Amino acid sequence: MTIRLTFDAFDPGALLTEFCKGRSEVGAVATFTGIARAEAGQTTALELEAYPGFTEAEIGKTAERAKARFGLDDFAILHRVGKIAPGDPVVFVATAARHRRAAFEACDFLMDYLKSKAPFWKKEYGPNGARWVEPRAEDHADLARWEKETTR
Amino acid sequence: MARVLLFGRLSDLAGWRERQVESPFLSALRSKLADEDPALGQALAGRGVQVALDQVIVRGDAPLSVGTEVAFLPPMSGG
Repeated sequence: MTIRLTFDAFDPGALLTEFCKGRSEVGAVATFTGIARAEAGQTTALELEAYPGFTEAEIGKTAERAKARFGLDDFAILHRVGKIAPGDPVVFVATAARHRRAAFEACDFLMDYLKSKAPFWKKEYGPNGARWVEPRAEDHADLARWEKETTR
Repeated sequence: MARVLLFGRLSDLAGWRERQVESPFLSALRSKLADEDPALGQALAGRGVQVALDQVIVRGDAPLSVGTEVAFLPPMSGG
């Protein structure tokens, strides 16, 4: 179970290799990598701000909920902070479970949470200056999907 | 003295990120900041802005002690 913030660029392939190491019982690992979009030149950089300590703790609460809900064996979450160039990975989520459905769903759930509820603030830089990005209606709707599925 | 932290658009608006402010209550601290900078005061009271005291989200008013960390958190967006 790892949750980490980093100012440095990371290699999602290396993280996946590391995450899969020594697992002979889990059966399924799912990952998601979010990459900064250039938006056809409209975004020249992203800047992610976190509240160190608080951000990791808040993510940890939700990740533990996901672990219980989906029966995960393990998870890893790495999130960039600071200035990020288009094409660079921003976020990496890996989940491990006995079967694929749980791994996929938990990964999807964690990303929906990270997009709209985790303590990050995102600024986009473009040719016309910078603007703070707030979650879109779709991001809230994505997260709300999981509230309906209470039978799981 | 409480240690006040602003995040995201709030720090851009205020022109500062961290400050020490003398105030016995969160409500009084809000008034003090709003008196100095009405635009900031309005933004702090705006929709979706949450407050954490020593990294715990609080609603409504609360007493502040020496060294309390008061963080104003605008709507969050990651990934």
